[in-house]
Amino acid sequence: MNLTNTKKEIEMADVEAGSSDAILEPPKPSAEARQVHAQAKRIDAEKLNIYYGDFLAVRDVTVSIQPNKVTALIGSSGCGKSTFLRSLNRMHELIDGAHVEGKVLLDGTDIYAPSMDPVLVRQQIGMVFQQPNPFPTMSIYENTAAGLRLNRKKMKKVEMDTIVEKSLRGAHLWEEVKDRLNKPASGLSGGQQQRLCIARATAIEPEVLLMDEPCSALDPIATLAIEDLINELKKRFTIVIVTHNMQQAARASDYTGFFNIEKSGDPGVLIEIDDTEKIFSNPSLKETEDYVSGRFG
Amino acid sequence: MSGSAVSVPLGDNSGVLPRRATLIVFAASAIASALISLALGLSPFVWLLFTGLIGLAGITVWSLAVEGRRRALDRVMSVAIMEVFVLAMVPLLSLIYTVVSKGLARFDSEFLTSSMRGVLAEGGGALHAALGTFIITAVATVAAVPVGVLAAIYLVEYGKGRLKRSITFFVDVMMGIPSIVAGLFAFALFAIFFGPGIRLGVMGSVALAVLMIPIVIRSAEEMLRVVPNALREASYALGVPKWLTVLRVVLPTALAGIVTGVMLAVARVIGETAPLLITTGSTTSTNLNPFDGRMANLPVYVYQQYKFPGVPPEPYIERAWAGALLLIVIVMVLFLAARLIARRYGVEIRR
Repeated sequence: MNLTNTKKEIEMADVEAGSSDAILEPPKPSAEARQVHAQAKRIDAEKLNIYYGDFLAVRDVTVSIQPNKVTALIGSSGCGKSTFLRSLNRMHELIDGAHVEGKVLLDGTDIYAPSMDPVLVRQQIGMVFQQPNPFPTMSIYENTAAGLRLNRKKMKKVEMDTIVEKSLRGAHLWEEVKDRLNKPASGLSGGQQQRLCIARATAIEPEVLLMDEPCSALDPIATLAIEDLINELKKRFTIVIVTHNMQQAARASDYTGFFNIEKSGDPGVLIEIDDTEKIFSNPSLKETEDYVSGRFG
Repeated sequence: MSGSAVSVPLGDNSGVLPRRATLIVFAASAIASALISLALGLSPFVWLLFTGLIGLAGITVWSLAVEGRRRALDRVMSVAIMEVFVLAMVPLLSLIYTVVSKGLARFDSEFLTSSMRGVLAEGGGALHAALGTFIITAVATVAAVPVGVLAAIYLVEYGKGRLKRSITFFVDVMMGIPSIVAGLFAFALFAIFFGPGIRLGVMGSVALAVLMIPIVIRSAEEMLRVVPNALREASYALGVPKWLTVLRVVLPTALAGIVTGVMLAVARVIGETAPLLITTGSTTSTNLNPFDGRMANLPVYVYQQYKFPGVPPEPYIERAWAGALLLIVIVMVLFLAARLIARRYGVEIRR
């Protein structure tokens, strides 16, 4: 506990010395305050090249992701959308030999700076995965509180209860599970499990929420529930969502980015990003138009 | 059938045998071979053999006549596999039957509550040996489980490159160590410090730990590997450091499997005789301190009673069988406990 705190302080000192707009400014505003002021952080990628070993998977992405907006990333399979998404919270480097070149700035601070602890980066930039993955050994309550409990945050039971309820309500799951919080999470349906995973990710109050095809394992009704949820979550978080479903991108996002590859084996490139409306009605590039109109892909 | 449908021959014969055809054939075959055996005065084993052969032949002929080649072949294969399974069970059942029937004579309260102290012929028991077995195995387990589980965690979660490959290789090598060699290793190790001729309970534990470690590593490795990567990623994405992820997500998920593996490893080494013979020695009285002097244990007890009977030999032989029965009972209980733990606390892992 002490150790992590000290580490965090050192980290902050580093960051503050390095740049004026530090990302880890203590103390965090309380949850209520944040809902009112509601200013999450922006992400800027600068000349980001993403590698698996020697293989360049995504080339030269420079993009600004706006705070408190939903940015959707579309493109055909294998074009690097998920890879790009995972490089935004340093999950990419968990794969053997995977690494990146370039910068990813969270409100101006490079998350790939040598002094940055990837663990602290991931506490600020949460993630929801394609397959719902609640911890099978834990109850619904424990799953929701997992981010706090696993990091051994000292916290009163009442405080923890409040956070769990708030997160589950935030994920539109509270009414369905409030009577069985101590039951295993594996008893929930797929859609409920995914909302539980969203509650779990939001319980640690990240700045940014990355979603990697969060609805591709769900039925249309569960998908609709998640999309409603995304629309509400953007009041509190910056959201980046990867999707294969173009209607979903059109329905749920404010901005849409299109990844493309020339041919198999080439790196993926973010060739166009703009207002969702423009991408789907009047994109500037022919490739984008072909893709969104269903002419290929 | 409408007029346009073309009839396609799907098989060489369209008949089907009644639902319990196999059962009927084998019941008839059992009765027939019972009559033959009784008439010729043959043993029950030969009767079983006849039942199997006649039944197989019967179902083949009947199915071939009614159902055709394809289904007959299917029946022949199913029945043959079933019979081979029964054949494989024969030694096990015969062993259990022999041990139980011969061991029950002395499997009484005196046997379970007294040692061999001052016993010259009849009476006496195996309490000292049972306690010795528990202590020696428990110490071995306490030594082997941390080493084994930590090694498995290293191999699955952290290891890479040459070190990982060489550890995997040496675990394989350790797997193949004959148990007597493990005993000699423990003997030689302690002889360095205490001189030759030393006999201690803990020496036996060291020998058994050497045998247990590779088994524990293998099973724990297997269990850690089936923990879905998605759970690790979920934990990392919550900003949980790797060591906490391993400790609080991966290990709890794999726990039931690891416990089962440990139980099976214990059951595997609890009956080891050779390494204990040269490391723990044997005594007639109860010794509860593994660091002080010889220590009796069940496998060596059984060996001693059977190999060096006094006069008359019967009580010794009976004690040997009762000791063997006790050992089998302990192993069975461990196996059942392992299954129970796996079933009750096992986490359903979706892939």
